[in-house]
Amino acid sequence: MSSPVMHSAHHAPTGFIRRYIFSLDHKVIGIQYYFLAVFSVFLGMALSVLMRFHMVYPDAKVSFFEKLWPTGAPGGIMTPELYLSLMTMHGTIMVFFVLTTAPQSGFGNYFLPIQIGAEDMAFPVLNMLSFWTTFLALIVMVAAFFVPGGPPLAGWTAYPPLSAVGPLSGPGEGLGQTFWIISIAIFCGASLMGAINFIATTIDLRARGLSMMRMPLTCWSWFVTAILGLLGFAVLLAAGVLLLLDRLAGTSFFLPAGLMVNDQILNHKGGSPLLWQHLFWFFGHPEVYIAILPGMGVASQLLATFSRKPIFGYRAMVYAILGIGFLGFFVWGHHMFMSGMNPYSAFAFSILTMSIGVPSAIKTFNWIGTLWGGRIQFTTAMLFALGFVSLFVTGGISGIFLGQPALDLYFHDTYFVVGHFHMIMGVAAIFGMFAGTFYWFPKVTGRFMNETLGKIHFYLTFIGVYCIFTPMHFLGISGNPRRYADFTNFDFMGKLMPIHTFMTHAAIGTMVVQFIFLFNLFWSIKKGKPAPINPWNATTLEWTIPSPPPFDNFAGKHPVVNHGPYEYSVPGAPKDYIMQSDPA
Amino acid sequence: MASSITSDIVHGNPPPPTRNFGGGDGEPGGRGAHRRASMTGLLVLLAASVMLFAAFTSAFFVRRGMSNDWVDTPIPNILWVNTAVLLASSLAIELARRALRSGKRVWFNRYWTAATILGVAFLCGQYLAWRQLNAAGFYLATNPSSSFFFLLTCAHAVHLLGGMSALGYIEVEALMLRLGPGKRTAIDVSAYFWHFLDAIWIYLMALFFFWG
Repeated sequence: MSSPVMHSAHHAPTGFIRRYIFSLDHKVIGIQYYFLAVFSVFLGMALSVLMRFHMVYPDAKVSFFEKLWPTGAPGGIMTPELYLSLMTMHGTIMVFFVLTTAPQSGFGNYFLPIQIGAEDMAFPVLNMLSFWTTFLALIVMVAAFFVPGGPPLAGWTAYPPLSAVGPLSGPGEGLGQTFWIISIAIFCGASLMGAINFIATTIDLRARGLSMMRMPLTCWSWFVTAILGLLGFAVLLAAGVLLLLDRLAGTSFFLPAGLMVNDQILNHKGGSPLLWQHLFWFFGHPEVYIAILPGMGVASQLLATFSRKPIFGYRAMVYAILGIGFLGFFVWGHHMFMSGMNPYSAFAFSILTMSIGVPSAIKTFNWIGTLWGGRIQFTTAMLFALGFVSLFVTGGISGIFLGQPALDLYFHDTYFVVGHFHMIMGVAAIFGMFAGTFYWFPKVTGRFMNETLGKIHFYLTFIGVYCIFTPMHFLGISGNPRRYADFTNFDFMGKLMPIHTFMTHAAIGTMVVQFIFLFNLFWSIKKGKPAPINPWNATTLEWTIPSPPPFDNFAGKHPVVNHGPYEYSVPGAPKDYIMQSDPA
Repeated sequence: MASSITSDIVHGNPPPPTRNFGGGDGEPGGRGAHRRASMTGLLVLLAASVMLFAAFTSAFFVRRGMSNDWVDTPIPNILWVNTAVLLASSLAIELARRALRSGKRVWFNRYWTAATILGVAFLCGQYLAWRQLNAAGFYLATNPSSSFFFLLTCAHAVHLLGGMSALGYIEVEALMLRLGPGKRTAIDVSAYFWHFLDAIWIYLMALFFFWG
């Protein structure tokens, strides 16, 4: 404490539990979040493959199903209710415990403090609580698999009345749905704690000379994502409390009068299921940007580094992130065009939705401008960043169709929607995570991941996801409804079944390929090629410190920043990059 | 609210001279940075709370406007007493902070203890109000108005429990004579949060009074 240089936010712990389990170190917490997401993504992927399997082979008897779900799959044949449960859990686990967790809480926790030159997050104890609360939420969510009646079947959006009326409406709608709501409420709390940390850290702990407009775009994207999470999750928490009261305390916030379920008239009156949709999507649409913005930051970072060029239009990129974040709060109505909405409101929501295309296009053109004329290095990390841009464009363009009420009338609740959001929110965001993993792995472990395995994994995954999700658009245009467990009984669907079969096989193949990544990840921790401090000749602060970084990141020193984040190929400079901390 | 926090940061506890919003502010490890981060964290927390109550409020008005089963919940008279108690508690906290600023530790302890006791009194008063409403036949699920009444007062009480634990922590530290300069931030953050709960409570009272 005698001098600011000696001061450390907290001292390096020595015991195993303090060091690796209940750690206050933002780096350990980031890794904990990352592996929580890795576990969740494999669980979610397994559920999705089971769903795809059932769609194509609805009559297959798999004794394994019966062992897992005795009531959901009597005789080994999956019931439609079990299918909906798998769908609900797939969506929930992927959206909350993968897309919200890894890009923001995982990478952000590890690299935000280092990239801004801080020793740790602003509130280390809160940070630890945030992780363990997320962990608790995951436990409660997974526990929903094992309660009487099984997991809920109201979808990740949990629309009432289905989600509010209890076991009357389906086997999973008893305890399973209650667990779902409680888990999401806990998750909201965890996200709010995380957001407080991210915002305070970004605003107040930046190194000397690191103005906001010198921050790497990764930091910008984590910062804006934290603001979205802060405003969004508070509203979801409110909605969850109301839903829980409707279920458990007999209130009527979302349940209308005279509702008849399974031949019984319910004792609720006067509530509105639409109210839930408004509250949910006020959170739900920003949630899409919570998933994708960190990926955008990582893509920007990597495209500049591996093109050896400054990011094209840095300021425009920052304003685009802010613009997307801001507009994201005014478009929730486009999820409800078909729920009975005043056409004037629909028009306004539609125009606002289209306007998000402007900042999105700015980002895309700037990425292309960054690549233009660059000396591109096709590392695995770069390939995944390029894949991110590709998927972002593909998924974004189908959004333009869905954002128009007249077209949504047709596309609503078809596979077109499923294809759209998987492309942009699911796969693009996951490509952002892969890119970040390959890029930062040398910093976290001091070793490279295997590039050959990485490239095999990239190309197979890239082809695989396009094979899975592109046909969904055609199916949607052909009128294939979503959320159905079984299409084999519909005459008009007969000619589409081969496409479904193809998609299922593509999904199984893509799943198998992911084990290459898993193997690469764990193998490289111990056996990867040793990496120097700055293997990619990158400019940001994390590449100035040893790999893996010491406990307090900068070994008691406070870095001073003299340069912008992307000074590559500066004319007259001795090297083709100038690090942020190089002398002015 | 926000301006008082800003002015306190600026006048009450001078930040490092390098503070400027255009650049990184140096000394990320110093106490100044920690204090600023705590204040930012508090503002962010308040923003989340505001969003929570805003969401409840929008549900309140949507639900109120769409049905004919809304029966205004009578405001129990004790709520007016509770309001006065909570305001007095805030006043006591402010007096405590002033006493501390002019070095009067004894008076700080007295005022802070008073504030803590008044906070407990408010919670007890809320409990009495709920019991009175129950006695009059209003329960959580009786009608949408009473649902919102219990929901909002409970949400406020949960926030208040959080504030109470902060107040209690400072109280214990003060009585154990462990209130060093490093605790100033904790005192200020707790005090601002407590004032914020005042503001939320007055807002809720207005909501109940005008729209039932």
